[in-house]
Amino acid sequence: MTAEADPALTVLLHDSERTDDGRRVPRRILSTGLLFGVIGIYVAIIGLLLMLHGRWIILGVISLGQATLMAIGLGAGITIARRGRAESRASLLLQSVLAGALAGAVLALLTVIMGLIDLRTIFIALSRPLAKMLTFGQGQPIGPLLLILGGALFAASGTLLTWLPSRGRRVLIVGVCAVVVAGVFQELIQIMMQAGALIGSVRDLLYTWDGLTVQGAVIVFVVASAVAALLAAFAGRKRSVVPILSSGAQRRRQAIWLAIVFAALVVLPLVAGSYIGQVMMLVGLYILMGMGLNLEIGLAGLLDLGFVAFFAVGAYTTALLTADSPTALASYTMIPHLSFWGAMPIAVTMSVIVGVLFGVPVLGVRGDYLAVATMGLGEIVRVIVLSDFAAPLLGGAQGVLQIPRPSIFGYELSGPVQLFYLTLVASTVAAYFAWRLENSRLGRAWMALRDDEDVAQALGISLVRSKLLAYGLGAAFAGLAGSIFATMVASVYPSSFQLLISINVLALIIIGGMGSLPGVIVGAAALVGLPELLREFGEYRYLFYGAVLIIMMRIRPEGLWPSPVRRRELHSDDQILEMEEPEESLALARQVGE
Amino acid sequence: MSTSTLTPGLPAPGRTFKQNLARLTFVDVALWTLRLLVLVVVVGGTIGTLINTKYGVAQWFDFIMFGVTIGSIYAQIALGYTMVYGVLRLINFAHGDIMMTGAFSGYFIATSFDRSGFLGAHPVLAVLGTLAVSVTVSTAIAVLAERVAYRPFRHVRGLAPLICAIGVSFFLEQTFRGMFGASVKSYPDLHWASASFSVAGLNVPKIDLLVIGCAIISMTVLYLVIHHTKMGTAIRAVSEDTEAAALMGIDVNRVVVFTFMLGGVMAGIAGVFYAFVFKQIYFYMGFTPGIKAFGAAVLGGIGSVPGAMIGGFFLGIVESVGPTLFFDGIGIPAPYQLRDLIAFTLLIMVLIFRPNGLLGERLAKPRA
Repeated sequence: MTAEADPALTVLLHDSERTDDGRRVPRRILSTGLLFGVIGIYVAIIGLLLMLHGRWIILGVISLGQATLMAIGLGAGITIARRGRAESRASLLLQSVLAGALAGAVLALLTVIMGLIDLRTIFIALSRPLAKMLTFGQGQPIGPLLLILGGALFAASGTLLTWLPSRGRRVLIVGVCAVVVAGVFQELIQIMMQAGALIGSVRDLLYTWDGLTVQGAVIVFVVASAVAALLAAFAGRKRSVVPILSSGAQRRRQAIWLAIVFAALVVLPLVAGSYIGQVMMLVGLYILMGMGLNLEIGLAGLLDLGFVAFFAVGAYTTALLTADSPTALASYTMIPHLSFWGAMPIAVTMSVIVGVLFGVPVLGVRGDYLAVATMGLGEIVRVIVLSDFAAPLLGGAQGVLQIPRPSIFGYELSGPVQLFYLTLVASTVAAYFAWRLENSRLGRAWMALRDDEDVAQALGISLVRSKLLAYGLGAAFAGLAGSIFATMVASVYPSSFQLLISINVLALIIIGGMGSLPGVIVGAAALVGLPELLREFGEYRYLFYGAVLIIMMRIRPEGLWPSPVRRRELHSDDQILEMEEPEESLALARQVGE
Repeated sequence: MSTSTLTPGLPAPGRTFKQNLARLTFVDVALWTLRLLVLVVVVGGTIGTLINTKYGVAQWFDFIMFGVTIGSIYAQIALGYTMVYGVLRLINFAHGDIMMTGAFSGYFIATSFDRSGFLGAHPVLAVLGTLAVSVTVSTAIAVLAERVAYRPFRHVRGLAPLICAIGVSFFLEQTFRGMFGASVKSYPDLHWASASFSVAGLNVPKIDLLVIGCAIISMTVLYLVIHHTKMGTAIRAVSEDTEAAALMGIDVNRVVVFTFMLGGVMAGIAGVFYAFVFKQIYFYMGFTPGIKAFGAAVLGGIGSVPGAMIGGFFLGIVESVGPTLFFDGIGIPAPYQLRDLIAFTLLIMVLIFRPNGLLGERLAKPRA
């Protein structure tokens, strides 16, 4: 507890802020404008802006990079409106115009400097195409002015946007998002729309071969916002009429939704082609790993950064047992060549064993130290795999090559789409296990462990047993993923098993919501699927991960799709207030007693 | 089951050996096996290598000299970890990357000095100039990271602060990658320090002396700041007991910012010298030294300033001497490849068996 948390002091601070009202408004304009200007410079200087500029949203009209600049302007306006909610609208509008102009001016300054000095020797991204993009191809005096004007304009629109009624705003946002998606993913959508004359004519209406047309954008916007408006009206009426569903009906509805999603997953790669199939298969692998790590972090609270080691064990075991190369075990021992189906259970078992062995030494290590210790263990595995010491067995830096694809009844699962179905089946089975585990006695024990190790132990939960089971079972999922990964890429190298993978999996759990199964799926789709679809941004995905970790922890620590328990924990304040009524707490006590 | 299974090797008083044996669980057995294994490798390897006499005194001196050099860099990084941990109970996961930012910003100054000939003509001034820039940048970034990413989690327990710190680490790495590219950049040569002289037949590289000397100076200054200034006293008070310190009128926020500043300064110096020793930099370079330095901080007792220094030097020497001493003797090929293995094993052994470190006694328990 520091001095700033003292309520009396906080009040004092607020009062002193209130007294110099005259200085607050200019300060707000200055800080907002500078903040968004610096964001703009940041995006430009790391090279992201120019790359975004390479994708059209509407062909020849607006690029994703220009949309980013607009978003920066809008953001400045929205921030101003949020910070000064109580003030008069005219004053706020003026403020946002000033702040937006300031943000634009900061960027304009960058273009001027770029025109004067060649900064490319230091900042590789500050190239001539970027200067051209930032000045809209207009050259020196006009380009910066356009930036300033544009900033003011979009900031003002941002402020205006916050004054729209919330339903109208939502409809607008849905429409804009639909246009952005339709434009950015035009290539994939066009591939999907190849079947049938009717769909083909719809495609011709929206797209040319290179991208979304203006006409198409208008149509997409109108259709999407109309659908959103209708849905909003419909949902509003329905909510007032239909009472809360009984738990049975709710479960039935969930099951129906699940079936629909599953059917969509089965059909999509067939319609959308092998590229989507490959992306979905990667997402599937990460879902598998995510479910495994979720057992460790989400349920048992064991922050494991060496998770990639289990993945590696699964992959290498499969490789050594099935590969058609001199490093394979079959070529120098009595162990026969196995098919994928024979090797996979062994790989999973090996991962479990390694998981338990991994867990034993760190049983007594808690919290942050555990994170570092597991990361050290993971790095040790990588160093050993890379070294000449283990090279005779594991192939060193060259890895193990020529791993065969699995086959069923003589039919080889060779393409990404077929392998996707394998991943889908594996993930489904694993998800069932994970779901059952979550609600099992063991799952409860893990959650107790996560909340307070000492109390859990006092209640008779065996720490050793439950922790080792968490490591072992978590590793099983990763081993399965590793096994499939090995057949997918047909060769395993140590460089595929870096700490980055552990961090990826951690990030997708965080973004989805710790301890939540649907969260893992959402997280994997957002963190693995999305960057994979926006191929050229591949190098920025880790930047995105880092930012996601920080932002999620700050604004939504429970994740996008939190588990119900977690949501209750993190919003416990309102709950406690509700429960202060005596009857409810009595009912609660009775439940606990039962 | 009792807690004794989790703290092995501590036979409870008043029990016979037989009773202790009966209480031995498989976890104890496993941990003792681990200890024995490490011991066998270390002792066996050492004996094997020494019998072999493949390496002379000069070579061992080289190893130790390099170990002390790299150890002094680890010690400087470890100081940043240990001070921040002392004040906030937070592992500043991004600290290694803050070192990287120092090395990168120093690079552009050093290369421009090199190109203009200033580095050759006035090496001392040039190095000081490089240090000034790198320290400014790394300190600014350290303070910024605290403000943006760590301050909101000041009172949050659990995993959130650490996860956020991992995010900061990634964010910094990728930002520098985006700004300056993913290629490996080679640091300019310090011609004046690239030579070496010999003392009694032993080869002493000048650059090592420079690095060690600067590290000792900077660490002495830091020690004096912590122990003999008002702000230093405040830092020690806050790491002792934050609430009590706040009640005594210490502005905790200022103390935290100052701590991050000190850490940033040390990381900036360490970054430049790390780059002068290894001659090349890239965006991911901060990660491994960062983790190792954290190990050094824990080894010395996290929260303890002299502990971090000792831990750093110890780790540097073990890591430099270890591969040859331990692994050459048992016939492992290319032992230098396993240098990180030694560092990480040491880190894990410390975390498992002696989380309080060599000098720390009170800090590790409340949170870890």
